[in-house]
Amino acid sequence: MKYLKNVATLSYNAEKCTGCGRCAEVCPRAVFAMDGKRAAVTDRDRCMECGACARNCAYGAISVSAGVGCAAAITNALITGGEPSCDCSSSSKGGCCG
Amino acid sequence: MRDSEKIMEKTSLKPLVILEQGRVPAAPRVAQISCCAPGARASGSAAVCAGAFGADSVPEILGKAVIGEIETSYGRVPVVSADISRRDRWNELRCRLGNFRMNYAIPPGIYAVGSPRPDSDVLVSANYKLSFDRLRGALAGRDLWILVIDTAGINVWCAAGKGTFGTDELARRIGIHGLGGMVTHRRIIVPQLGAPGVSAAEVKKRTGFRVHFGPVRASDIPAYLDAGLKATPGMREVGFGLVDRLVLTPLEFVPAMKMFPLAALIILAVSGLEMNGILFGAAWRNGAPVVLLLFAAVVAGAFLVPLVLPFIPFRSFALKGFLAGAAVNALLLHGVDVLPGRDAYLTAFSYLLFPVISSYLALQFTGATAYTGISGVKKELKYALPVYAVFCVLSASALVAWKLAGWGLI
Repeated sequence: MKYLKNVATLSYNAEKCTGCGRCAEVCPRAVFAMDGKRAAVTDRDRCMECGACARNCAYGAISVSAGVGCAAAITNALITGGEPSCDCSSSSKGGCCG
Repeated sequence: MRDSEKIMEKTSLKPLVILEQGRVPAAPRVAQISCCAPGARASGSAAVCAGAFGADSVPEILGKAVIGEIETSYGRVPVVSADISRRDRWNELRCRLGNFRMNYAIPPGIYAVGSPRPDSDVLVSANYKLSFDRLRGALAGRDLWILVIDTAGINVWCAAGKGTFGTDELARRIGIHGLGGMVTHRRIIVPQLGAPGVSAAEVKKRTGFRVHFGPVRASDIPAYLDAGLKATPGMREVGFGLVDRLVLTPLEFVPAMKMFPLAALIILAVSGLEMNGILFGAAWRNGAPVVLLLFAAVVAGAFLVPLVLPFIPFRSFALKGFLAGAAVNALLLHGVDVLPGRDAYLTAFSYLLFPVISSYLALQFTGATAYTGISGVKKELKYALPVYAVFCVLSASALVAWKLAGWGLI
């Protein structure tokens, strides 16, 4: 299953890649694959912007605007004017996580 | 002599495992268990202790999961079983159904499975009991350490997204529980779904431990260990099959139903509203079918859409929900013929409101899927919210027109 086309904020600069393979290791959507000594993006539309690759690229080759893809959280943020945050830890509301 | 001292003495005399004392730099022998006792946080004290508690003070939540303890140079470590009890399964069900999961946390610290040695592997887990159960349940017959870090009782993936399952907490726990002195190697296995919060390079820099990202599913851990900490591509990808989706539906449906009694009451009241008061006969006759339509809309958005997600056209959840809601609404209106007299205003009201409710509920499911990202959800909301508002106003107008027509005013 894939989500909307051309919305993922993932960007990858192959020139900074050292081929360590961490991005391919951590991506739960197989967006990165090792192509010889460098990582390659297989399909950007598969990206769910979890941020695991960027967090684990020690060479700054990957950037992604990561966040909670939760409609309730984003709607709340639109109303209250804050950053979307998943409210799972509060007991007041049935959050998205469990 | 207090019970805890007796047990300390007993376990000191017959330790299951004794780690080399020499390796441990001035390790304070842990005589009391208070430093990491449930509820006690980080503490400013320099006390290091491995396990969260002793066999004499097993927290209620762990119940039969703790089957013994191991004496180490950093204190006692509880040994947990790989057996998942009937109570564990019952509690999992309660987590899946409601807010029980909000308070299902175990004490952070080091646990043991089997009889681990100083060179045994260390697996990292969140302190959500369900995550912990998934992990230990997959480790039958293995000798391993488990380092449970404090994620406030939230699962690995969600906690990693928020950063609570993260570099800081992991590095801190490695220090607090003296992992460096307990094991002779420098490798830890972190669940792959913790990677959004854990920078392997940073952990290595701060603690000396090299992070190996383990498989997504705990059930793949034995194969991963046997392969020498190598994961197959299949172990690295999140699935989102029928069962994965099905177990998530109660937490879509149950919260959505919380508003239902109030909404039903309002529908009945409006349906029975006459110029001179509320008529109960009219309320039931006109209102009950509308309440049924509302219920169907909730089922369509919160249950049907997650269940048959891949088979509904469009990638947008708002559109999937709208389509499912409209289809169910059409089925009830024209297939089952629920509305008395096929009133045109009520039919219009129904088509204007209920698919939108299904759409809204379907959009909520984006928070639980294994493939939606924040940018896509933002885009959907940008278009959907104004449309919802317009449809709500139009449906309210249709409702008012229905009442006015009923009173013979138009």
